[in-house]
Amino acid sequence: MDLKYNAEEEQFRATVRAFFDGELPTDIRTKLQLGRRISKDDMVRWQKILFRKGWGAVNWPERFGGTGWDIVQQHIFEEERADACAPPQNPFSLKMLAPVMQTFGTAAQQEYFLPRILSGEDWWCQGYSEPGSGSDLASLRTSAVRQGDHYIVNGQKTWNTLGQYADWIFCLVRTSTEGRSQQGISFLLIDMKSAGITVRPIIMLDGEHEINDIFFDNVKVPVQNLIGEENKGWTYAKFLLTHERSGNAGIGACKRALKKLKEIAAEQMSNGRPLIEDSRFRDRIAQVEMELMALEITNLRVLSATAAEQRALGPEVSVLKIKGSEIIQQLAELKMHALGHDALPYVREALEMGWAGDPLLSAHYHSYAPPISGQYFNQRKTTIYAGSTEIQKNIISQMILGL
Amino acid sequence: MEFNYSEEQLALQDTLQRFISRDYDFDKRRKLSASTLGYSAEAWSQYAELGLLSLPFPEDCGGLGGNAVDVMLVMELFGQGLLLEPYLSTVVTCGGLIRDAASAVMKDKLLPQIIGGTLKIALAAYEAAGRYDLSYVGCKAQESGASWRISGRKTVVLDGASADYFLVSARSSGEISDRDGISLFLVPRDAQGLTVAAYPTQSGARAADLLLENVTLSADALIGAASRALPVIERAVDRAIAALCAEAVGIINALNQATLSYLKSRKQFGVAIGTFQALKHKMADMLIAAEQSRSMAIIAAVHADSQDAADRHRHVAAAKAYIGQAGRLVGQHAVQMHGGMGVVDELIVSHYFKRLTMIDLSLGDADYHLASFSDTLRPAS
Repeated sequence: MDLKYNAEEEQFRATVRAFFDGELPTDIRTKLQLGRRISKDDMVRWQKILFRKGWGAVNWPERFGGTGWDIVQQHIFEEERADACAPPQNPFSLKMLAPVMQTFGTAAQQEYFLPRILSGEDWWCQGYSEPGSGSDLASLRTSAVRQGDHYIVNGQKTWNTLGQYADWIFCLVRTSTEGRSQQGISFLLIDMKSAGITVRPIIMLDGEHEINDIFFDNVKVPVQNLIGEENKGWTYAKFLLTHERSGNAGIGACKRALKKLKEIAAEQMSNGRPLIEDSRFRDRIAQVEMELMALEITNLRVLSATAAEQRALGPEVSVLKIKGSEIIQQLAELKMHALGHDALPYVREALEMGWAGDPLLSAHYHSYAPPISGQYFNQRKTTIYAGSTEIQKNIISQMILGL
Repeated sequence: MEFNYSEEQLALQDTLQRFISRDYDFDKRRKLSASTLGYSAEAWSQYAELGLLSLPFPEDCGGLGGNAVDVMLVMELFGQGLLLEPYLSTVVTCGGLIRDAASAVMKDKLLPQIIGGTLKIALAAYEAAGRYDLSYVGCKAQESGASWRISGRKTVVLDGASADYFLVSARSSGEISDRDGISLFLVPRDAQGLTVAAYPTQSGARAADLLLENVTLSADALIGAASRALPVIERAVDRAIAALCAEAVGIINALNQATLSYLKSRKQFGVAIGTFQALKHKMADMLIAAEQSRSMAIIAAVHADSQDAADRHRHVAAAKAYIGQAGRLVGQHAVQMHGGMGVVDELIVSHYFKRLTMIDLSLGDADYHLASFSDTLRPAS
């Protein structure tokens, strides 16, 4: 048992850090540091830089153009990424769709789509939830009817993240109503430029446009865009969800948020003294820090054991998802509380870079303040998406505990 | 003991309730919040007609002679309807302060205008580096002859965007955190040397920051005794806190109602999601939180008018801390159980959640008031 990184891993960290120091564009870094809005262009630009370095996909095997890094290397990369304030890469293509495609896709699909994901050419989004199918995902009703060489897709997907940017969407569709609802689901890749697709923005509680409803009206999809076998989509969907949830722990992002929280608590004043000197507030930070210390090791233990045993990720990722989402929420909440009355202003213009600021307001309203309350509101989604905390606890109690 | 409301109180509640259902639905509220003023001028006139603006003032000033329990009933409905008008600052906080501490001349000048709906006042008592501490006053007041000169900054003045006057705390003597040496001034919005930076808040209302640069005021702008204003300010803020507690209770109950109805109507796995035990128990916790919060709001209201400052503040702090925590639980559970529907702008649920969150962060959050309450448990030395 040794919790220290070895010399090789430390060397790896230094290489990664040097790369971020040298290659991450300053404008993008500043936006992330200050919590300002980032654009699709920022994310694509960053993906292309990573791609040129050969680091386009840190979780893929080398044969598909990935780095082939082990779990610890991926962890170090993610930690350094968050600390450097580099944008996260598109998780829908790299961490969710790609493992499915690499495991169940055809050679033609792999050859066409994977390089385009890697190079940042295609933006992917996810079509899972429907208005009537959230936690009960398998009840989904968007239909795909085979007609010659095509499927004709009709229905509605919701809670679609950043689909307004997307070139492609991967969708769970119903190809059969026979038997249990899980049995008639297929996994389909759909070109967002297809006729009959409408994207309708949903504004979230923080006032931002991050998610959408997507409507399919007689959309024609070539049959070669089916992943694996027809009516076997539920198996691939669950495989994907396990990968999605394993990424939800978000240790790097949590560590970065913790560091930021401490900076804010040192900056904000309470009765003329830095807030961090208030033991009641400091205890709250300490409490979250302990949770995060534990989760970092739990996360590495789970992922290393899976890798060592060469098995697929299992229901234990639900532990990571629950804890990771709770920790990021608690950190967002504490950052908001640290601001005191400064958490109240809602200055929308300040979420864009280049806001000159109101000289009067900025006398006390720190540059980090504008996005913080919105982030707390927004982060409530993390215990809801990718299977709510309640669903994760059902998985733990049924699949691990046998209750 | 008596836990029932009087007939007059029930009638007042009923009138305001009918006004909200008729004239202040969620869509209307959304439009008002996005408007330049940020609230409804017509509603303000209506409140004047309904007697809400005269509620806490003595009858000899043209008021209804109501107490903090009457205000509690009103504020609970302000919560339920997410009303945006500056009632808390103008009537409860500043109106109450003027009633308690201003000279007869000043009262005669200001109260009839407040009651008539033509005057709005906001309390500017907090400064950035003081966080929630009302005694942290760096803003300076210098007396010279028959006038005062005020210089300094005040931050996040609630309802400050539309106020005609500000009640500004400023230090006329002593060090920055001294309890003594704080004076209170009535500053007109158009005073020379005053800059007002207004902005929207996270819960859809308006606030402002003030910069005072050698603002010169005549002697009658001083409210109460020079250098002795802190107890007066604390009393007004305690009354405001009691009112905020009531507003929170209105929101908590509205969120519980919305969540309960969602649990009954939303179906997953072929059944209403309210049949799942995990959600039932969360909902039961929310009901308990609502009942306990109501009791705390009543405790705060009953003590808010008390002359015994320590006793008053102890009860009000306990209520604010408790309701801050309960509001957090109810708000977060309500959003969680609404799933995706809980985090969208389109439903009122997220607006209730945001308001509840901002109530906790206003006038001292749960931790601040917990510290204040727990300090009273120290053995006397």
